[in-house]
Amino acid sequence: MKSAAFTHHSPQTLQEALVLLGQCQNAKVLAGGQSLMPMMNYRLVGIDHLIDINSLVELDFIKDEKSFIEFGSMVRQYSIAKSDLVSKRLPLMSEAIQYVGHMQTRNRGTLGGSLSHFDPSAEMPLVAYSYDAQLVVLNVRGSRVLSMAEFGQDFMTTALEGDELLVAIRMSPWPEGHGYSFVEFARRHGDFAIVSVATLMTLDANGFIDRVSIHLGGVAATPLRLTEVEAELLGQQPSEALFVKVSQPLSKLDALSDKLYPSWYRARLAQSLVVRSLTAAQARCLNIESVESHS
Amino acid sequence: MNSSPLKTISFQLNGKTIQEEVQSRLNLADFLRQQCHLTGTHVGCEHGVCGACTVMVEGRAVRSCLMLAVQVDQKAVVTVEGISPASGLSVLQESFWAEHGLQCGFCTPGVLISLTQLLIDNSSPSPEEIRDVLSGHLCRCTGYQNIVKACMLAAKRLRETPDLAQSILIPQGHKLTVIEGHHDH
Repeated sequence: MKSAAFTHHSPQTLQEALVLLGQCQNAKVLAGGQSLMPMMNYRLVGIDHLIDINSLVELDFIKDEKSFIEFGSMVRQYSIAKSDLVSKRLPLMSEAIQYVGHMQTRNRGTLGGSLSHFDPSAEMPLVAYSYDAQLVVLNVRGSRVLSMAEFGQDFMTTALEGDELLVAIRMSPWPEGHGYSFVEFARRHGDFAIVSVATLMTLDANGFIDRVSIHLGGVAATPLRLTEVEAELLGQQPSEALFVKVSQPLSKLDALSDKLYPSWYRARLAQSLVVRSLTAAQARCLNIESVESHS
Repeated sequence: MNSSPLKTISFQLNGKTIQEEVQSRLNLADFLRQQCHLTGTHVGCEHGVCGACTVMVEGRAVRSCLMLAVQVDQKAVVTVEGISPASGLSVLQESFWAEHGLQCGFCTPGVLISLTQLLIDNSSPSPEEIRDVLSGHLCRCTGYQNIVKACMLAAKRLRETPDLAQSILIPQGHKLTVIEGHHDH
C-alpha cells in the first residue's frame, strides 16, 4: 500500500509543465491527488514521472465571462462549494459538489482532476455535460478546445493526449429562474454514486417545458444524455404523471452491471431517480413573469 | 533538482520550521510518523477512505496518505500534537473527554483535526453539519453519537469566549496560513 518509486517534478510555470509533459515518458499529472494517489498506493498505476501541478496557482480561478463561467483546472472542489458565483449562475454544480467525496477530500480535489480522471459515476463530468462545457487543452505546440462529447471517450478514458494538459473549463449557464436538480443514490454519503441524475429545465410563459437536459451517471461507461426522454417532455405541461410516463422505458435500459449491482437494478434506480430529479427541477422553475418582474 | 529521487523540503510543522530530506514517493502520513516521529497521526486504510491520517495543511483538513511529503515544502502543517496546549488538552479534546467521544482512540486524531477546521470555519455548527464532516471518518467504536455531542459542547464553550476561540483551537499559536484559495473575480 505504498507507491512505487517515481521522479517527482514540480513545475513552477505552465510552460515548464507543458515542456515536461512533452519530454517525460510514462508520466502522470498530479492535480488534487484524491483519485491518482490511492491508485498509486494500490500500485494500480505505476509511473516513472509524476508532474505535480499544484504550484500552478494561475490555474486556480473562477471567472465570470458573462456568456460562460470559466474555471481553472486546479480550482479546488471546496472553492466551488463556497462560490457565490457558482451557486447563482450554475446552481446544479453547487448542488452536485456536495456529493463529491467529503470535506477533507474536497479541500484537495480539483475540477480538472475530476474531469480528467473521468470515472463513470463521478459527479463533475455529469455537471460538465449538463452545462455544455468547453475544455481548453494545451500542449507545447498550441491549444485546442473540446466539447465534453469530444473529451469523454470511454470508461475512464478521455481525448487528452500524453503531452496535453487540461487548463480551463467553460460552462454555459442556463437563464435565470431555470429549474435544476442533482440526485444520486449511493450506499454511503460521499461514495461514488450507483446511479446519479442531473436535470436542467425551463418553462415558457404558459408553464410548458421549453428546454430540458437530463444526464445519467453510473449507468454507462460515460455520462448518458436522455435525448428521447427530453423530446417527449418538450412542449408538455409538467406533471408527475408525465414524468412517470416518460421515464418508463428506462426500466429496460442496458445499464452497467457488476457483482454488487446488476443491470436491472441500475435501470430501475435510473427510472426512479429521473422521476425524482424532474419533479425537483420543475419545482424550482420560476415562471417567466416572475423572473421578469424581478429584473 | 527535479530528477533526484531525494528532495530537501523546508516547512512549518506545528509552528516549528523543519528541514528534511525526503524520498519522492514517501507519503505525508509515513513521513510525519517515521521521519518526524510524530505518531499521533494514524494510518488506517492508506487510500483516503478512513480519515485516520487527517492533518491540516495550510489550514485545511486533508488526508495525509493522499499527499506526498515533497508537497508540503514551504507549507504549514498542523498535526494532532499541534492542537493541544503545552500542558493539558484543548477545548475540543476536553469536550471529547467530557462526552466520552472516544473509545479505542484510533480514529480520534483525524476526527479532532477535521472538527478543529469545522469550528474555525463555523462557531455554531448544527449536528447535521458536524455529521457531514464526520462522514469523512470511520469510527468503529462509538457510533459517532458522542463525537457529535463533544463537538456541540466544544462549540458552546468556544462561543462563551469568542476572543479566545482561535487560540484555544490551536493553542500554541502555530502559524496557520489559511490560504483562501481563489476569490470569485
